[in-house]
Amino acid sequence: MTAGTAAPVRHRSGRSGRRGGPVSAVVGVLGELLITVGVLLGLYVVWQLWWTDVQADREQTQILAELDAPTPDPADVAVQVRRDEPPVMEPPAFGEVFGTLHVPRWDDAVMPIAEGTDKRQILDKAMAGHYPETVMPGDVGNFALAGHRMTYGAIFHRAEELEIGDPIVVEAGDVWYVYRVDHMQAVKPDQVEAVAPVPWEPGVEPTERYLTLTTCHPIGLNSLQARFIVNAKLDYWLPVEDGTPPDLVGQTAPTDDGSA
Amino acid sequence: MYGALWRVLPGPAWLRVVLLLVLAAAVVLACFEWLFPVVAEYMPFNDPNVQTGADGALPAALAAAPGRLA
Repeated sequence: MTAGTAAPVRHRSGRSGRRGGPVSAVVGVLGELLITVGVLLGLYVVWQLWWTDVQADREQTQILAELDAPTPDPADVAVQVRRDEPPVMEPPAFGEVFGTLHVPRWDDAVMPIAEGTDKRQILDKAMAGHYPETVMPGDVGNFALAGHRMTYGAIFHRAEELEIGDPIVVEAGDVWYVYRVDHMQAVKPDQVEAVAPVPWEPGVEPTERYLTLTTCHPIGLNSLQARFIVNAKLDYWLPVEDGTPPDLVGQTAPTDDGSA
Repeated sequence: MYGALWRVLPGPAWLRVVLLLVLAAAVVLACFEWLFPVVAEYMPFNDPNVQTGADGALPAALAAAPGRLA
């Protein structure tokens, strides 16, 4: 290596400066090790920033194909929506994919929803993970979901682009639930009151039906700084067999119960 | 280190280059499929959950902690 040859001749002393001497051999191996570590770190960055997205998108596509969930159909928009008490499905087993999340604001993105917030098994597959401690969609309380802001499919990448009043639609148990964004906030990672039955008011008995999205904040590779929280409230629901929720195809839902 | 590897490999130079490329590809594959996912578990990146415990679970008595972080 260059360590031996680069040294000026007059500075050579003893065996250490000789090409192939023990010190230069050690320095040479050390240099090669450092180069190897550098290459591996670079590879890790490539893997984290690029390959996890490729892999997660692939897995998400496969999960959605297997799920065979109802898709929005502009030709079959529901003429009636309901604002009475919605049906609520039983909590599924951990890891089970039980529904889909539709966000029109994010170019009509569709994401699978699975039970649990485990990184490897759920979130890293570009799925939204349901906090098992929170209620199921449509129920009184807070239906809370976690998702990646960056890498692994980055399903909640555009969380901050949401606006108050935007629809967030959950399909689960053959029911469409249409929630509307009513609050957004960045918090510290341990501020679990964001997913309390009444968001931000832990200990209060809920009377309304909420949805909460939690994701990383700010965008970047960090889990220590903050979380971005989107809170929404249930607007209306309808059985899947009644058609597509108007909000999923850019239409406005009738405001009064049943008066389409 | 790499000099020794070069000397250990058999065959003419072109074959050694091919073998080295195959080895490098194997190392990258092992990293992407096995090493990096394991390492990522311990990195403070990409955790979108809100939580307090190290186990990732929400505190059981979430509802019983009014104003804890208000």
